[in-house]
Amino acid sequence: MTVDLTLLLTAATMVGVGTYMLLERSLTRVLIGLVMLSNGINLGFLVASGPAGDPPLLSRYDAATISDPLPQAFVLTAIVITLGTVSFILAMAYRSWQLTGADDVQDDVEDASIRRLAAADEASEGFDLGESRSPDDEDDEIPEELGRERETR
Amino acid sequence: MNLLVPLPVLLPLLGAGLALMLTHRPHAQRAVTVVVLVMVVAIAGVLAYETDKGAPLVVWIGAWDPPLGISLVADRLSVLMLLVSAVVALAVLVYSIGQGMTGDDAEETPVSIYHPTYLVLVAGVANAFLAGDLFNLFVSFEMLLFASYVLLTLGGTEGRIRAGTIYVVVNVLSSFLFLISIAVVYAATGTVNLAQLSERLTVLPEGVALIIQLLLLTTFAIKAAVFPLSFWLPDSYPTAPAPVTAVFAGLLTKVGVYAMLRTQTLLFPDQPLTTLLLWAALLTMLIGILGAIAQSDIKRMLSFTLVSHIGFMVFGIALATTAGFSGAIFYVAHHITIQTALFLVLGLVERRAGSTSLLKLGGVARLAPLLAVMFFIPAMNLAGIPPLSGFLGKVGLLSAGIEVGTPLALAVVAAGTLTSLLTLYAVAKTWNLAFWRTPEQAHEMAHAIAAQDEETVRHGEPRLVHRRNYVHGGSQRIDDLTIQQARATVAVEEDDPDLHELLEKRLLDRHLPLSMTGATAALVAVSVAITVVAGPLFGYTDRAAANLLDRTVYVDAVLTERTR
Repeated sequence: MTVDLTLLLTAATMVGVGTYMLLERSLTRVLIGLVMLSNGINLGFLVASGPAGDPPLLSRYDAATISDPLPQAFVLTAIVITLGTVSFILAMAYRSWQLTGADDVQDDVEDASIRRLAAADEASEGFDLGESRSPDDEDDEIPEELGRERETR
Repeated sequence: MNLLVPLPVLLPLLGAGLALMLTHRPHAQRAVTVVVLVMVVAIAGVLAYETDKGAPLVVWIGAWDPPLGISLVADRLSVLMLLVSAVVALAVLVYSIGQGMTGDDAEETPVSIYHPTYLVLVAGVANAFLAGDLFNLFVSFEMLLFASYVLLTLGGTEGRIRAGTIYVVVNVLSSFLFLISIAVVYAATGTVNLAQLSERLTVLPEGVALIIQLLLLTTFAIKAAVFPLSFWLPDSYPTAPAPVTAVFAGLLTKVGVYAMLRTQTLLFPDQPLTTLLLWAALLTMLIGILGAIAQSDIKRMLSFTLVSHIGFMVFGIALATTAGFSGAIFYVAHHITIQTALFLVLGLVERRAGSTSLLKLGGVARLAPLLAVMFFIPAMNLAGIPPLSGFLGKVGLLSAGIEVGTPLALAVVAAGTLTSLLTLYAVAKTWNLAFWRTPEQAHEMAHAIAAQDEETVRHGEPRLVHRRNYVHGGSQRIDDLTIQQARATVAVEEDDPDLHELLEKRLLDRHLPLSMTGATAALVAVSVAITVVAGPLFGYTDRAAANLLDRTVYVDAVLTERTR
């Protein structure tokens, strides 16, 4: 199979740029990244379909010279699906802007808690030291007391 | 009999259209949805009986000459998946009707799009199980994903939009990866039909085949939430309405597992990548369950156990033996039912006791004994307590691992055992805190945690000691995050009371719709029934696994001599 280098490089560039945009914080840029990615991949399908030929209409053209219609069907399906996805993400970005005034991709709850935990680590180390200097601090007595306290309630 | 094969896809799609037309008549809409799903369950049952007689059933859509058209293939594996997922989908649907997500109760779902979307989701899942070519698999993924985008962001509240953003972007990315792999597959082989691919991929250069395999595995691993591609899941699932979370947790990840199982066995039988997948299984199990232990909300805890137990299924796939595949299939069937049942019970708990946060709950076992029983059985099943099906599935998988006997396989066996124990710890903790202690204790505990490092701690009072991010008190170890959440709980108690205060003020809604409890109880009963019929079911999964290993069964059913 011969490969059209121009098409291939264009596809690769678009996928690269799309991936870069996908890493942005703003949902609008992520969306542009997704569109670039999907178009790059669609070009990739054209690379996969081999050299260009006549339109795939068997009644008018010889079967030997027509281009492969199947990847074109794939691309059409992919375009339709991307259209739906893009409109959905646009709606979500708009809703996010309505609710929070920004369309940023927000932090995962888990990420945020891990960061809080890491930040609290320093503070607790200091707290720990101060705690150990106080004379009446013994680990053992406390849990038992708490346990008894619970039972009596 | 072949005519039945497309119906599990067609009926829900037609039903979705009909339900969309009946938007203003909620009763008719519900009736349509329920009837369609009952029919899908019945058809899946008939198909399961028929395919178990022997050869897979194949339908070429649009009457194109094979191998030009799109094929739907129903073999033992896909039909079993179809049956289990249809039963689960029906139970969740009845449950959601009880919850009132149909437009009548306008608070959560302003439009009555729930039912049509739900049917599209079911059609997508069914199509994924039946798809006989890669592109059709891609289309079914898109169908179920689109339905899931809508269901996840129902109502467009802030939390759901936040979770939905991550979910949508991650899944669109995985869809694009899938598209790239399809383009590569087509460029390399000139076909996307799975049966033809299984013959043509073997003659490809090793490197090309490996790239295709890794691309497909990555795609499906994102869908199935296999570590390290699992981080999107625990954050996005718990925010959705309870029935939606339940059906997602049950079905969507398992579609990814199914796709992995299908492509690994049919397309790449000679290079199972055992080492890579075993590592993935090991890390998925351990990291998932460690995440589960750290959670203080039951929904998030369950989302993490979901990730963790995907590791068991990947383990079975990685072993690439009949016993391994059989165990994985059994585990998928078992896990779909119990994970869904658990999320449904949680929805009931949330409705009955006002929360799913461990800081707020207490004494649910006394408040609602039936709910407690319905939580306890699947929870113990999840942890793998004998004689329940979780135990049997784990024994099947672990013995398959011991049979293989490489050091890494044995390490995963050990990790699987540890994961079961840690799962037991996680669900037992949930049981103790949410169901067993009294609401008063929960209330005081939340206050004690919240006040733990304030300076007003006096002598003689119960004290909690702070050590390196953890607070020790009694037998409890509480981390800083929990304390912050507890403070938030205590601080906002005016608007957001915990169970104790709800009980004091008599603000609880005692009423649980019969269809919600009934659907949940039915699903719990199904999970117990899987235990009862475990023997025959294992026989069935053994036959399904044998079919997977002997690819000629599938290939011969799809392609005749002439069409190769």
